[in-house]
Amino acid sequence: MAHVEQLVGSYRAWASNGAAQAPTWLKDLREGAIARFHDLGFPNMKQEAWRFTSVAPIAEGSFALAKPPARIPTLEDIRPFLLFEAGYRLVFVDGFFQPALSTPFFDDVQSLAHVVTHRQDLVRQHLGTYAATLDRPFSALNTAFVSDGAFVHVPAKARIAEPIQLLFLATGAKVVTHPRNLVVLEREARAAIVETYASLGEGVYWTNAVTEISAGDGARVDFHRVQRESPRAYHVAATQTHQGRDSTVNLHTVAFGGALARHDIGAVMAGPGGTLILNGLYLLAGTQHADHHTTIDHAADHCESHEYFNGVLDDKSRGVFTGRIIVRPGAQKTDSKQTNNNLLLSPDAHADSQPQLEIYADDVKCTHGSTVGPLDPRALFYLRSRGVSEHEARRLLTYGFAAEILGRMGVASLRAQLDAIVRGRLAES
Amino acid sequence: MKKGTALLEVKGLRVAVQGNEILKGIDLTLRDGEVHAIMGPNGSGKSTLAQVLAGHPSYTVLAGTATYDGKDLLDMKPEERARAGVFLAFQYPVEIRGITNSYFLRSALNALRRERGEPELDPIDFLQVLEAKLKAIGWDDSMMNRPVNEGFSGGEKKRNEILQLAVLEPRLAILDETDSGLDIDALKTVAETVNKLRSPNRSFLIVTHYQRLLNYITPDVVHVLADGRIVKAGGPELAHELEAKGYDWLRDAAMVS
Repeated sequence: MAHVEQLVGSYRAWASNGAAQAPTWLKDLREGAIARFHDLGFPNMKQEAWRFTSVAPIAEGSFALAKPPARIPTLEDIRPFLLFEAGYRLVFVDGFFQPALSTPFFDDVQSLAHVVTHRQDLVRQHLGTYAATLDRPFSALNTAFVSDGAFVHVPAKARIAEPIQLLFLATGAKVVTHPRNLVVLEREARAAIVETYASLGEGVYWTNAVTEISAGDGARVDFHRVQRESPRAYHVAATQTHQGRDSTVNLHTVAFGGALARHDIGAVMAGPGGTLILNGLYLLAGTQHADHHTTIDHAADHCESHEYFNGVLDDKSRGVFTGRIIVRPGAQKTDSKQTNNNLLLSPDAHADSQPQLEIYADDVKCTHGSTVGPLDPRALFYLRSRGVSEHEARRLLTYGFAAEILGRMGVASLRAQLDAIVRGRLAES
Repeated sequence: MKKGTALLEVKGLRVAVQGNEILKGIDLTLRDGEVHAIMGPNGSGKSTLAQVLAGHPSYTVLAGTATYDGKDLLDMKPEERARAGVFLAFQYPVEIRGITNSYFLRSALNALRRERGEPELDPIDFLQVLEAKLKAIGWDDSMMNRPVNEGFSGGEKKRNEILQLAVLEPRLAILDETDSGLDIDALKTVAETVNKLRSPNRSFLIVTHYQRLLNYITPDVVHVLADGRIVKAGGPELAHELEAKGYDWLRDAAMVS
């Protein structure tokens, strides 16, 4: 566990130097979190939540805390990642906010480091409130190092018409970043957000991100997350949502990159009448390993959740999906549906799919289904019988598997961007 | 009726699936412009015949030949058969996730157009081709933006097969129990569409368990299949005879022979 000590040491050095002028409450939050990380250490495969994923390459690797980039990318460098529809944009390079590349909106779409001092009460009220650290060493570590990330606040009844883009770019090697994002929609507010993690190089680095999203009563957030890190990168992240009464959260997530990626998604439906869509795609090749661990907590009555995750696995890649659904006592009339379909394009690809339903209320509807297998031979024949070649039929069916997920996303320019990535990947295979 | 040239000629066709012989020697000649019905009880091999002709990979041809437009049909891949003008309306149409009906149909049509050396259609040109065909089966274009057959009712799936038939304009259309599971209105729509498509350059092989579809589509020849063999052939009146007498007497005849 030398590496745990090393990270704690690096925290001590950072806390006493660069992060020393933080407000007391934030220092306390960090101190509590580093103590938690020290106690927990890195997870191991004997733990239920980590059965299929070894974090040894991270735990045994050596990653220094990222420094500000030596060279700041130009707008031209980052253009391939930009969405033309986006109204506001926050860009971070190696974890550091880049004002020159960003288009913030006063103190509502801003860097977290800025609002920690400028909107202290609001940040303090929400930061660390939703993302658990109790049994989450990576989230604890992120919280210990919390300093910058994206902050989005939408006031009550306000609607931000154009999507907000949050872009996290990596240029470094052998470094770790801990982006920390906070999204707060007050009652009946509405916004669409696109959070993208990408790389400008092919380096080995580690991203350890946490995003907290709070949707107030009657609010609606369409949150899109795109993970297209370097194929050699390690990506660990937690996205935690918290919903008020009659609110809607549509959470779309796509994972293309990383040698090893683990994404914990947690959704708490705290008020009655809420709607949640979790819509995810992982498209893996080579020896990529991606693990999605989702937990939907139906804590209130009359909520509905729909979860769709599709995996397309080529070569020797491995996809893990865990879908935990908790229906609390009293969460009557819950309507919850989960599907996880995995397409194996190679005999060496592997998928693990495990639903975990914990139902403590009696008047509920919960269904789940999962599939793991190659392309459906009936569908192949159907297409070929219409004149489509076998090669093209395979490509079309594989594309459809991904397109099913992308089709649920509302931001057209993002859909087009992801569609092009999927088509590019399929053209290579 | 004036006899055209033979479009499809099946001789001594024996077919097995998973080691079981299903077709035990089929002889059949279908000429240009003709409509033939294949009737028979469940398990007689009707659907096997339809699927083998379309090139389904699960079946093994043990013996016999099938010549289509002078070519060895059994030697062709399913997509080659389709491009040569063979179309199978599936008994159980397949759902295809993530691909819209419109995209699927355009891909199929463009595959055929490439084969014929015609330019491919872009989405806008295609929509124009589609409009008239949609009207014929009583659909608007809302069905075209849904994934292929996904969430379609049984009747909608069958109509979708007939829509594909109308758009792809094959020379040989094989309908595999397209009538099963249809209510009377849908059945009439299917029959009307087929009747409109009848032409001296297009032949139909209609596989059906029941006679009722043949009330609306008058076949030139009715073949009765039992236990993998054609045990009887005749004119449209044979279908009525079968409706009245059932299939049991034929099964007995097949056992004896």
